Amino acid sequence: MVLTSRNEVLQNLRERLGNKIVSVFEKNERRIYIEVAPQDIVETTKVIFRDYEARLQTASGVDTPDKIDIYYHWAFDRANCLVTIIVKLDRQKPVIDSIAPLCMGAEWIEREMWELLGVTFNNHPDMRHLLLMDEWPEGQYPLRRDFRLPKKNSPLNPLS
Amino acid sequence: MSKKTIIPIGPYHPLQEEPEFFKLHVDGETVVKVDIELGYNHRGVEKLAESKTFEQAVYFVERICGICSTSHPIACCQAIEDAGEVKVPERALYIRSIIGELERLHSHLLWLGLAGHFLGFNTVWMWVWRYREDVINCLEIITGNRNHYCMMKPGGVRRDIKGEDIPTILGVLNGLKKPLDLFYKTVNQDPVLQARTRNVGILTRQNIIDYCGVGPLARASGVAIDVRKDHPHAAYGMVDFKVITTTKGDVFDKVDVRILEMFESVSIIKQCLEALKKTPGPIDANPAVIKAGDGIGHYEAPRGEVIHYIRSDGSNRPARHKIRAPSYVNVATNRTAVVGQSIADATIILGAVDPCYCCTERMAAIRVDNGEKTLTADDLIKLSWDKTSRLRKELGAAGPVLPLD
Amino acid sequence: MSFATSILTKSLNVFHCAGSPCNNCDIELLDTLTPRYDLERFGITLVGSIRHADVIMLSGVFNTKALIRAKRVYEQAPKPILVIALGNCACTGNIFIESYNLDAPVGKHIPVDILVPGCPPKPEAMIAAVAKLIAKLKGK
Repeated sequence: MVLTSRNEVLQNLRERLGNKIVSVFEKNERRIYIEVAPQDIVETTKVIFRDYEARLQTASGVDTPDKIDIYYHWAFDRANCLVTIIVKLDRQKPVIDSIAPLCMGAEWIEREMWELLGVTFNNHPDMRHLLLMDEWPEGQYPLRRDFRLPKKNSPLNPLS
Repeated sequence: MSKKTIIPIGPYHPLQEEPEFFKLHVDGETVVKVDIELGYNHRGVEKLAESKTFEQAVYFVERICGICSTSHPIACCQAIEDAGEVKVPERALYIRSIIGELERLHSHLLWLGLAGHFLGFNTVWMWVWRYREDVINCLEIITGNRNHYCMMKPGGVRRDIKGEDIPTILGVLNGLKKPLDLFYKTVNQDPVLQARTRNVGILTRQNIIDYCGVGPLARASGVAIDVRKDHPHAAYGMVDFKVITTTKGDVFDKVDVRILEMFESVSIIKQCLEALKKTPGPIDANPAVIKAGDGIGHYEAPRGEVIHYIRSDGSNRPARHKIRAPSYVNVATNRTAVVGQSIADATIILGAVDPCYCCTERMAAIRVDNGEKTLTADDLIKLSWDKTSRLRKELGAAGPVLPLD
Repeated sequence: MSFATSILTKSLNVFHCAGSPCNNCDIELLDTLTPRYDLERFGITLVGSIRHADVIMLSGVFNTKALIRAKRVYEQAPKPILVIALGNCACTGNIFIESYNLDAPVGKHIPVDILVPGCPPKPEAMIAAVAKLIAKLKGK
């Protein structure tokens, strides 16, 4: 079913997602942010991608002091509306189910988040390095806030 | 047991996150599998962007890609404006659209030329790039630079388009009509070109939806996604234009969509220039502070939707800046499009995505695996050229006829 | 001037090697080959294989992955060979110098003969660079 207006999108998502929704934030006419629990992400994706035929634009991982947030940006092209699904993961052990088996467009972006931010994706079909070289030292996640490039000539420094 | 050949294409490639190293697994003449390896171009832009102020960000994101060098700034500015709830003056919106469309013109012309080159029509390459120079000139008149225009800033644009420049720009646009007609006719009438591009590298509607493909690639397969129409931004809500779609999704349709889009671009710029005369006013809202909050900006770049996500924490720098360029999703479609095609067609299919193209110039064998035959870049282009000349003989055609003026 | 070097003052075959560029230098380089600037009137052409090259044009900042390939390209090149660093990125590392994934400028790893600054350099600048390089070889 293709949704054609912003209100329709909001109403339908509220109905279908029901108690999966943690919070809704309506930024303005064209932007809606919905937070869901990490364990509901696959179900949520099913509703948005399969039933409402939205397009996955991208996903951004954000490192905050105590959580790692993942923002899945979905475009409802016929409704002139962008819906962002937010999940908040534990910063010490960020693990979430992959949505790549459902939506092929998410495959690369999940690989990227894994190597740059250290988020583990369960059931990802093809998890390996995407942007960084294969010899990149483990446990070094460039997009983390506390990332510092190790000293020259240290085995942890990828440039040496 | 047949001997498998692996053909490496790459690895060098020019876009931000989309440098590619294609490994074509070949059985005889047919491609059976494609491996795509990225990372030769990863410069850590997202991390670096966190150290740049909002004003600097524009110069910075411009240097992500040289061809979409105004699409990234527009998307970035829109994201900042979305986060900070800044209202952009109308005149600035028109200027944004003009620069954006001029960029689309030069980018599509660039692609068309190189597509010709890889099919073995160097005449097309030279002619198309000769007319591309006119567009580049036009941009130089407006912005002062041939590439990297530095026209955008959060809240508006940096430079105005002067009234006395408008006739010059219109002159260039009118001059483009004839060559564009010519290219359209050439593509649609030349039997060899048709034979090389029709029914090659087909992407179905479902493929595009699965891969979340965007831009001319999606529109060629009948998926009418155009950020300009669907999510009006800049001046696109105020002008009249068509979203070009075709249905078959082969290479020919991709060429066709791009050429027809150029006609639309010309018409959009003309409308914007007309509106510019009637819209005086400031070109910059001069936002002093960007409020804390999330902002998403997206823009229809020549290759499809580019999206920037910015999280502002109220300071003068973003706390997080996420960038996704269109080729990031479009390149992935090659995993479907190339499979089952012959090697000679692979170059044009990989190229039809329009991943900044000159990389393919630099296809070079990097490693000869034991017992596996490896073809070099030159071999691959030569294969493509051979096929064209063979077809040309069979069809008795002399190639595209470009009248000299 | 030895015979091998004297050959380098004639028609040059250029191999274009870009590592993590923004594409603009590359396009401007191709632009110099097309009718408006027409580099080929000086006998300068782009070649597809490093084995045929007299000149390597380096453009971009060369990240860790690309640098390995670029070094290999340089090793495979027939010597003597001229190396041109094209654009600010190859000359200095430009805006990307603080990135975690690269060790700029490329001149640290590959001996560069001439730097062409500009972001991107204009086609005229590239033609001038090649002319200056030839003049330098001739000892003028």
